[in-house]
Amino acid sequence: MTVAADLRSTGIDSRYRRGAARWLVLAAAVLVGLAVLAPFGIMLLNAFKSPQDYAANGPLSLPSALYLDGVVGFWERTDFPVKLWNSVFISALVAVGGALLSLLNAYAIGIGRIKGRLWIVALFLLANMLPQEALIYPLFTMAQAVGLSNSQWSVIIIFTVIQSAFGTYLLSSVLGTFPPALLEAAALDGASRWRILWQVVFPIVRPTLSVLMIFFFIWTWNEFFIPLVMLTSNDTQTIPIALASLQGDRMMDAPTINAGSLVSLVPAVLFFLIFQRTLTRGVTAGAVK
Amino acid sequence: MADTVLAERRARADERPRAPRRARRRPEWVGYLPYLLPGAVAFGVVIGYPLLTNVYFSLFKWRGGMAPLRWYGLGNYVDLLGDDKFWTSFGNSLAMIVAMVLVPTLLGLVLAAVLFDYLGRRFGPRVASVLRATYYLPQILPVAVAGVLWNWILNSQTGALNVILRGLGVQTPPNWLGDPDTALPSVMLVLIWVQMGYPVVIFMAALQRVDPELYEAAELDGAGWWDRFRAITVPQIRPETFVVTLTCTVAALKVFGPIYVLTRGGPESSTLVPSYYSYLSFFDKSQVGYGSAIATVLTLVIVVVALVILGLQNRAERREREGV
Repeated sequence: MTVAADLRSTGIDSRYRRGAARWLVLAAAVLVGLAVLAPFGIMLLNAFKSPQDYAANGPLSLPSALYLDGVVGFWERTDFPVKLWNSVFISALVAVGGALLSLLNAYAIGIGRIKGRLWIVALFLLANMLPQEALIYPLFTMAQAVGLSNSQWSVIIIFTVIQSAFGTYLLSSVLGTFPPALLEAAALDGASRWRILWQVVFPIVRPTLSVLMIFFFIWTWNEFFIPLVMLTSNDTQTIPIALASLQGDRMMDAPTINAGSLVSLVPAVLFFLIFQRTLTRGVTAGAVK
Repeated sequence: MADTVLAERRARADERPRAPRRARRRPEWVGYLPYLLPGAVAFGVVIGYPLLTNVYFSLFKWRGGMAPLRWYGLGNYVDLLGDDKFWTSFGNSLAMIVAMVLVPTLLGLVLAAVLFDYLGRRFGPRVASVLRATYYLPQILPVAVAGVLWNWILNSQTGALNVILRGLGVQTPPNWLGDPDTALPSVMLVLIWVQMGYPVVIFMAALQRVDPELYEAAELDGAGWWDRFRAITVPQIRPETFVVTLTCTVAALKVFGPIYVLTRGGPESSTLVPSYYSYLSFFDKSQVGYGSAIATVLTLVIVVVALVILGLQNRAERREREGV
């Protein structure tokens, strides 16, 4: 009895604990995994290896001595703390702003059931698919006209709107299934729409909103094209742009490139690990919609 | 899909008892319009107006900045038709679709089914979820970082791959990103590496909602893994397959970052894509009108492709409902 329960709790059916074929399949799946991991492994091996060591022993050897000049060189050349702050600042404000804008839109569409909402949702969906190239030059000239050229605020405003297009789409269909009884009870109590939004709707959709915010944060963090065009000076750029702009620099040797890649991906990986559970739930939610 | 959701919602709304009738005859929803106002203004300013302005710019010859706009009508579009690079760039979009949609979706289907229906049951869900996380790893790193890393790995002189190859005795290993013959396949390989984890994660999530008894019944009937894959897995997760196809196809048509960091569209335009071509026209060649025309065509292509995929999806869903 307990054995059966044990097996069930690990999800393994005893019927399947036979045969050699399963080891072959497992080996194949692990091989695919190793192929995916290989570039990360090469990066780790070479981030702390001196150029001489690399020239002598190639990319697959363990570093003969811990070499930190690559990390230090990248850190100093990109002024990394500034870039890190820029990325955090932009992504965090977009995450909050985008979620707020999505909530307001979705409140009108999903709960207010305003007329023509099908078309409005379709428009938001369409906006989410547009190539940024079709917006960039006008946005660029507009930013110049209002004195926001090379300003992080231009990037924040643009991404708040772009991300909220997806957020509105997702949240509208979530709010469309909001229990009407709750709304009616609140309305009978004489609560205004504004109070219903913040005291009835908001607490209930907060988990969805937090998933959205994580998405917005990561997407904005990884964005490349618009920050590349809009942020032109060293003190405004984000991490991906800083890393990419070091490319072609003659001083970029193997350890610097690898250390730079490593340092640049650490925040994203950390963030992912912290919010992994929320995120997997979010990926699922996004898929079913 | 949105159609059905909204139709259901409308039906539910009709069942709902009406709130006490107000004295005014204004419909209920009008009161919610102010909540849409910030969104409407923001979208007008950041998306609507720039989109239209871009189309407007595409009707001029303009070097950008303070230079005068010179009316050119549909000239830019006519020029596009005779521009080899334009056709190359859209041809390469097809390669991007192969690398970002076709291969990852097929691989993702097989991997997800193997992890879920085979390895997960034989070695436990933990093995399956560790493998899934491994496949997903490239998805979380910024695409620029992935590109810079791969750019170095594939570098002809100092890159890891060629150093390894030389160590193995290959005298003149290929110049992966520098040779017009190998550049596009190399870029495609990197994109497959980046993209593959996304369908695996989505499909595995989708398989969670498939009734396990379906699989068990099929197994009792003597259906092998491949039969179950074809008869249960693929049809059951068709909605997710459409979502993945749609989002990845749009992403493939828009791809910019990887091209920028890997090859800058070169060598000899062998990896040029529409988005990079318009970027070049805007900010490198100062042909703003021409770049706007490319971006406009790209927008139209994306919208049409998205509508076709959505249409196919609707038809498939309708057929399924009718039980054909």
